[in-house]
Amino acid sequence: MHGRPRNASKPEEEAASAAKAVQLRSLQSQFMTNHHDKIYTNEAIELSTKLLEINPEAYTAWNYRKLAVEDRLARIEPDPNLVSAILDEELRVVESALRQNFKSYGAWHHRKWVLSKGHSSVGNELRLLEKFQKLDSRNFHAWNYRRFVVELTNRSEQDELQYTDDMINNNFSNYSAWHNRSVLLSSLLAQNADGFMPNIKIPEEYDFVHSAIFTEPDDQSGWFYHLWLLDQTLNVETPLLTSSWPSHGSSIILSGAGCLSGSSSMFTTFCSESGSFPLILYFDQAVGGVSSSTVTIDSELKGNEGLVWEPIPNKNSQVSCVWVARLKYVSSDPCEYKVKIRVGNSPGIVSSRGYNFNAPYEFVFTAHVHDTVEDSQEGIVSWTDGFDIWDAKSKDLNSLVTLDRLNAEMDFKWRQEAIDSEVECFGILPDSKIGKLTLARLLMAREAMVSDDAVKGVHYEEILQLYNDLMALDSSHYQYYKDEHSKAFLHKVTSSSESLSRHLLRYRDMNNLVCLRLNNLSLSRIASVEKLLFVQMLDLSHNELHSTEGLEAMQLLSCLNLSHNRIRSFSALDSLRHVKQLKVLDVSHNHIGKHSVDTTRYLCSSPLSNSELGQDDVGKQNPGLVTKYWDAYCVLRDLNLKQLDIAGNEIAGEEFSSFVLQVVPKLVWLDGQKKLGN
Amino acid sequence: MIDLPPYPPLDPSNYDLIVVGTGVSESVFAAAASSSGSSVLHLDPNPFYGSHFASLSLPDLTSFLHSNSVSPPPPPSSPPLPPSNNHDFISVDLVNRSLYSSVEISSFESEILEEHSRRFNVDLCGPRVVFCADESINLMLKSGANNYVEFKSIDASFVGDSSGELRNVPDSRAAIFKDKSLTLLEKNQLMKFFKLVQSHLASSTENDDTTTVKISEEDMESPFVDFLTKMRLPPKIKSIILYAIAMLDYDQDNTETCRHLLKTKEGIDRLALYITSVGRFSNALGALIYPIYGQGELPQAFCRRAAVKGCIYVLRMPITALLLDKETGGYKGVKLATGQEIFSQKLILDPCVTIGLESLSSLTDQENETISVLVPKALINKEKVARGICVIRGSVKADVSNALIVYPPKSLFPEQLTAIRVLQLGSGLAVCPADMHVLYLSTLCDNDDQGIKALLSAMSNLVRLPDPKNQQSDSVVENDTCEAKPILLWRALYVQQLVKGEFGGTISSMPSPDGNLNYNEIVESALKLYEQLMGSEELFKEETSVENTTEENDDGVDIED
Repeated sequence: MHGRPRNASKPEEEAASAAKAVQLRSLQSQFMTNHHDKIYTNEAIELSTKLLEINPEAYTAWNYRKLAVEDRLARIEPDPNLVSAILDEELRVVESALRQNFKSYGAWHHRKWVLSKGHSSVGNELRLLEKFQKLDSRNFHAWNYRRFVVELTNRSEQDELQYTDDMINNNFSNYSAWHNRSVLLSSLLAQNADGFMPNIKIPEEYDFVHSAIFTEPDDQSGWFYHLWLLDQTLNVETPLLTSSWPSHGSSIILSGAGCLSGSSSMFTTFCSESGSFPLILYFDQAVGGVSSSTVTIDSELKGNEGLVWEPIPNKNSQVSCVWVARLKYVSSDPCEYKVKIRVGNSPGIVSSRGYNFNAPYEFVFTAHVHDTVEDSQEGIVSWTDGFDIWDAKSKDLNSLVTLDRLNAEMDFKWRQEAIDSEVECFGILPDSKIGKLTLARLLMAREAMVSDDAVKGVHYEEILQLYNDLMALDSSHYQYYKDEHSKAFLHKVTSSSESLSRHLLRYRDMNNLVCLRLNNLSLSRIASVEKLLFVQMLDLSHNELHSTEGLEAMQLLSCLNLSHNRIRSFSALDSLRHVKQLKVLDVSHNHIGKHSVDTTRYLCSSPLSNSELGQDDVGKQNPGLVTKYWDAYCVLRDLNLKQLDIAGNEIAGEEFSSFVLQVVPKLVWLDGQKKLGN
Repeated sequence: MIDLPPYPPLDPSNYDLIVVGTGVSESVFAAAASSSGSSVLHLDPNPFYGSHFASLSLPDLTSFLHSNSVSPPPPPSSPPLPPSNNHDFISVDLVNRSLYSSVEISSFESEILEEHSRRFNVDLCGPRVVFCADESINLMLKSGANNYVEFKSIDASFVGDSSGELRNVPDSRAAIFKDKSLTLLEKNQLMKFFKLVQSHLASSTENDDTTTVKISEEDMESPFVDFLTKMRLPPKIKSIILYAIAMLDYDQDNTETCRHLLKTKEGIDRLALYITSVGRFSNALGALIYPIYGQGELPQAFCRRAAVKGCIYVLRMPITALLLDKETGGYKGVKLATGQEIFSQKLILDPCVTIGLESLSSLTDQENETISVLVPKALINKEKVARGICVIRGSVKADVSNALIVYPPKSLFPEQLTAIRVLQLGSGLAVCPADMHVLYLSTLCDNDDQGIKALLSAMSNLVRLPDPKNQQSDSVVENDTCEAKPILLWRALYVQQLVKGEFGGTISSMPSPDGNLNYNEIVESALKLYEQLMGSEELFKEETSVENTTEENDDGVDIED
């Protein structure tokens, strides 16, 4: 059934198919007349049989037969023999239709319909399936139907698992069999069926699929199953809290708008105009149900009862990895508060796959509220001058960066062992692209699991090398490898305080604000954000970024440099709309405006998706410009920027500058020029 | 010969061809010649079809081996007659050459065997099987001989060594996947190699070979064993490919003792045969099949085909003398044991028929020329094949009935120079009673002792002698904790000479059974002779058009599942 070349049809074949078409058309029109007139005589039914034998794809004919069967069943005595004679005839028609076209949706569905009437022995169906599956072992219709039949019976999932064994042993290039195996195993593992403990079964499955992968690395079906197994190994079902800001044991300094003077090394300082600061919870998987009842706050900070938790980035979504609440404080009143947060004390936090957050976690931090000295200077932020080297010995970092999962997981041991043996196994697979990719993924997984600091981070060089090799070997998937390379690189940077501190600087002009410098690293993706929640100033210039996706979790971010990247539109900056602190943004020297539609992104927003477009003052005054720069408009109006650099993009120009000044009235600096008349 | 019952004289007494012996090559030739319209008389001195390819009951096999083995030269009952000169012809007496030596037959449970003795169909020249893609299968389909034979598949193939362990031969993608003894890396290397071979074969059949990988000319001319090394295949896999798939005999790593160092070109051909055999018939499990009722069915099938086309068959009919033209010294006919003289254009003889050396002296040069192919030559190549047959109770491998086992050179003992092949066949093939199996063993050797030693070593690896003390009570034997090797009930050991065929102008001599696992070289010699004698006449042309249309559906060969 697979891999058969398509041959051009010969003239005589074409003539035959033309004759068939004529016959079919006449049958079809007679049949349609019967159907319309609701004629269910034997002759009429026979006609539909004939039609379906020639063309099993005639869906209407299948539906007609259903009506005819219902009609006949209603009119006969409730004699079981008569009923089964009628239904047997249906099964026979389906069978001959399937012989004609094994992939006829209508025929398979009709059979299900007959079975749902409680007819035909399941043993018969399995025998029929066996026959069909011998002819075409991969046909997904048959596999689907098989699952349907099995569900009707008490045939055990273990027996079905054995069946996939047999099919795979026969020919392991069978996606359908591997897929069914994963479905059955998931179910058996979830039920904790006898002998189906993940710590025993998953390693056995690895051994099984290795034979397929090593026998023929070019065959993809085994690799798909391997990927599924890897997923089972890595995914801990219960959601975990990965990190938070403020982190446990940290002390932060809060002040009002503007900058503190005189305070020295306080990178934990957070300035806010609104008298509130964000509390960020970062989970390892999307969860829902984060609320003031599931997360309790114990502090003397007043007015924080019934705190509102918002999922980032989509307010309307039920689940997210990142949840943010804003704690209020009174800035005029310097003092010190202890804040205790309890996550998951009462049940309600549930992962998107339905697992409960069942490892309650408690963390404590201290908030010092300082007086505001004076209003901000509104000076321009320079990305080139005014930086000091970070004192690498500083211990302060440790309290800021809470590394790794906050909650220890009990059954990590088999997972680690499984990954270790996989790494060893794929280390010997001679050069193949998929082998290298798998090894890189496995090494990443191993790094994610290691908790021992001594061996942490030792694989990153190898991972990066593997992705470099892959980029050279397989240019058609270059961008994917590039993205993975970036992720691995960022994991490496954030894997320890030492490596992270190499990228940290102090920015003198803003009270020694900590600046994370990740420029000139050819990054194409942002990752490891959960470990960078404290960052307020971020330099990502001279990279290959296409979008700011991921940065939305960095709620403290106030200055961001994205100059000299590959951003193609303002929609690619959409995630920044959620970063309420952002004041300074440099997107100069990108490709904004070069293409009308940003094809590099999976989902593109469009003017049509923003119905409220042009409903505000700017829109009313300048409908033409709003339509022209709709994507810039959508992003910029939600930001409170004071400084924006846009030069070096196609979109930049006098018209756009004046538009920006209208949309962002608070803007002080545009492309290094202080706004006039302000 | 003397006590032959009175036999009515044959009519007619003149033929295009007389063929003596009903071995595979003679029978294929007779079928081909009859099919192209020649009149053929096919004789066999034995009371059964197949000659040295026959399948016989145990007593018949025993007496055939004994009567055809080298024993002290029979005392001439009457002094050899000088070529007689009675009629218009010179008559030259023929003598029988013995193919077998060192025949040793032992029975360990005579009672049981006697009870079942007629239920055995034991091959004289085992182990022998057919590859699904063999030329002999094509020939059967072409000739229609397939109508008279049914095949079954050989279920498994193993490689053995001195440890007694039998490991599966990973000979297909699914077998490699399932194999438990190969490491992952070995699976990878072996499959890669198979794919290289397949890609090479594909590129040589289709000419647009820009993308497919081809093995270089230089590699094709190099020794196959070196090529396998170059492909970085580990020794274990090399050994499997060389001896259990390419079915080589000589130790390819030992240049001193290796009589036939295979070139890559030939190695690829052998792999191609194996690869194309797997899956040729949907109901055959692997590459190999075997005829039900024994391999004697094969020559018989061709004989039946020949008979349908008008060939006349007479069994139990030895020929005693050649008749040569007095004037020219050319071949005229033969004298039968009945005394009748039969004439033909050409004569094809079984390899056993020769001329007594003492007869030669009195012949003219021309006469000598005519019969030269029958004169026994001093053997340049002393190569022989040692064969063994065991009847056993039980099976060498649980749950497997029909299986091929190969012991590569040096796998049993250090001095083992050649591969030993063992074929186990069960009652499903109607060759022995239920719960028993027949094992066939063979190996090439230079002398009898060497060959017998190798066979005995393989036998002791696979079977055990019944313990004389426990002969009565099997239960005691079974309680024994040692792994239950099957029990030997009967054994035959013998060494067979390898005689090459010789094709003359009018008289030709066919080859003896060879040391190979299949029939390809034997069938090839029959076809070569056909070509030589019949010229460009197309082989089985009539059948091709008639039979193929009706048989396309099941590809002709009846293989039960």
